[in-house]
Amino acid sequence: MHWAVDAAQANAIVADIVKAHDAREVVKVKSMATQEIELNNALAEHGIDVWETDLAELIVQLGHDLPSHILVPAIHRNRSEIRDIFVREMGQVGRPAPDGIGDTPAELAEAARLHLREKFLRATVAVSGGNFAVADTGTVVVLESEGNGRMCLTLPKVLVTVLGIEKLVPTWADLEVFLQLLPRSSTAERMNPYTSLWTGVAPGDGPQEFHLILLDNGRTATLADPTGRQALRCIRCSAFTPQLRGINQHPVDEQTASLPFASSLCGACFEACPVRIDIPDVLVHLRAKVVEHKRGHLGAEGLALGLAARTFATPERLARAEKLAGWAGRLAGRRGRLRLRGPFWIKAWFGTRDLVAPPKESFRAWWRRTRS
Amino acid sequence: MKQVILDRIRAALADRPGPVAVPREYRRDLGGTDIVELFAERAADYRATVTRVSTVDIAGAVAGALRDRGARRIVVPAGFPDAWLAGADVEPLRDDPPLSYAALDAADGVVSGCAVAIALTGTIILDAGPAQGRRALTLLPDYHLCVVRTDQIVGSVPEALSRLDPTRPQTWISGPSATSDIELNRVEGVHGPRTLDILIL
Repeated sequence: MHWAVDAAQANAIVADIVKAHDAREVVKVKSMATQEIELNNALAEHGIDVWETDLAELIVQLGHDLPSHILVPAIHRNRSEIRDIFVREMGQVGRPAPDGIGDTPAELAEAARLHLREKFLRATVAVSGGNFAVADTGTVVVLESEGNGRMCLTLPKVLVTVLGIEKLVPTWADLEVFLQLLPRSSTAERMNPYTSLWTGVAPGDGPQEFHLILLDNGRTATLADPTGRQALRCIRCSAFTPQLRGINQHPVDEQTASLPFASSLCGACFEACPVRIDIPDVLVHLRAKVVEHKRGHLGAEGLALGLAARTFATPERLARAEKLAGWAGRLAGRRGRLRLRGPFWIKAWFGTRDLVAPPKESFRAWWRRTRS
Repeated sequence: MKQVILDRIRAALADRPGPVAVPREYRRDLGGTDIVELFAERAADYRATVTRVSTVDIAGAVAGALRDRGARRIVVPAGFPDAWLAGADVEPLRDDPPLSYAALDAADGVVSGCAVAIALTGTIILDAGPAQGRRALTLLPDYHLCVVRTDQIVGSVPEALSRLDPTRPQTWISGPSATSDIELNRVEGVHGPRTLDILIL
């Protein structure tokens, strides 16, 4: 058992274990926790090669790319791009793609099977995450589809599992719920093809040395935040992502700062969430934190809102602004619409959006003129 | 570090009441459903080939399946009844002494029993018990023939969990391995056995 308060500690623990076995490489199952702590980079600094074994992660790794989606990380690559990546890159790091390989998904999966099998059979150390861990039995659970998880969890002598502390469920009986909830919410299957459960080391079966690293890395801080803590219920099913489809073309890393803003807050994601995380509520909370963080650095948005605040501060200022807007509307409006064409962000926003032209006279001005 | 993290958790939860009782009124059994029939249907839906056989026919069914798949070098875990293999023209590979990964990789297939099967999800569960062997045996060969006895079939996931021993390593299998990573097209068979035949006894 290992405990890590942050990414650096977790990475150091993994590196020490790998080096203690004189291993130069590890095979790895896709895991959000190891991505979060940037384990691959950390191990690379120790001269340790990390082989991603999930098909999509393999595509991303061989393409020197970043994942674009938590469930299907290579969704931004089409089949011919994947074929080209396999042909170009596989031979550099191991068994090359078969000669004359086509671009059907079946052929590409076969190439990955052959390429990775060599690595599975050779590796001394595997690194995994976990979907759940059971407190009262000490069991770790991994759900997957391809079988690369089984390979990593079964064949190497040494297994290191990095697990966020939020993955713990109290009892074995809690799996009754979660082993049904996750596959249904994630891939809409009755059950995913493979689920592995193990409790420590089984003599003569699978890894004979097992390290479990329990990771905090900000989770206890989230737990202390009354609004944010519900996010720790997340089982990484991605049921919410159809609502976020627009941002999937960009690497997840680049999305982080803008993520709280990538939602219309319509609540569809809350409806889809099987563990009842009030995602809009959490997003608004995070937006407020982003704004707090930016306070003092005026961007265009801050400038515009500051101006609006000053304008609405007194009736006289508002009246002057309305008069100004009326003139502008008469000058620039056509059939009651304003077409703003301009440089910079104005063009990006207004290129496809017309603005209703401000009326010649405001309601308040009309009231004064006709009733007084 | 353990103490640091545990203290942080306690401090973070200072405003929360203690653990609550979890309601468990969810469905645990399938009532009057024919669970053997349902298991056969659901496992077949996941592209496993499912055949129901009687005790007198089992040897013939095993032999027929292995012949159809062209599987001769067959891994046979300890506890797999010899009688079930009696009719098969195969070269059995026994895991005693333990077979190397290379030998397992070169085998044509593996025959096994199972610990539990779940009707609702079409799942077979191996727990390294009799007729199953260590996990690698049913992982590396490309073909897996699994014999499921009707008394091993339960209706739901909760029923299966209550039959299983958490201390044993388990593999839950619902159809052959699959991926949808390339343009969201489903491909059957990536790393695990690409063909799964199930005989219900």
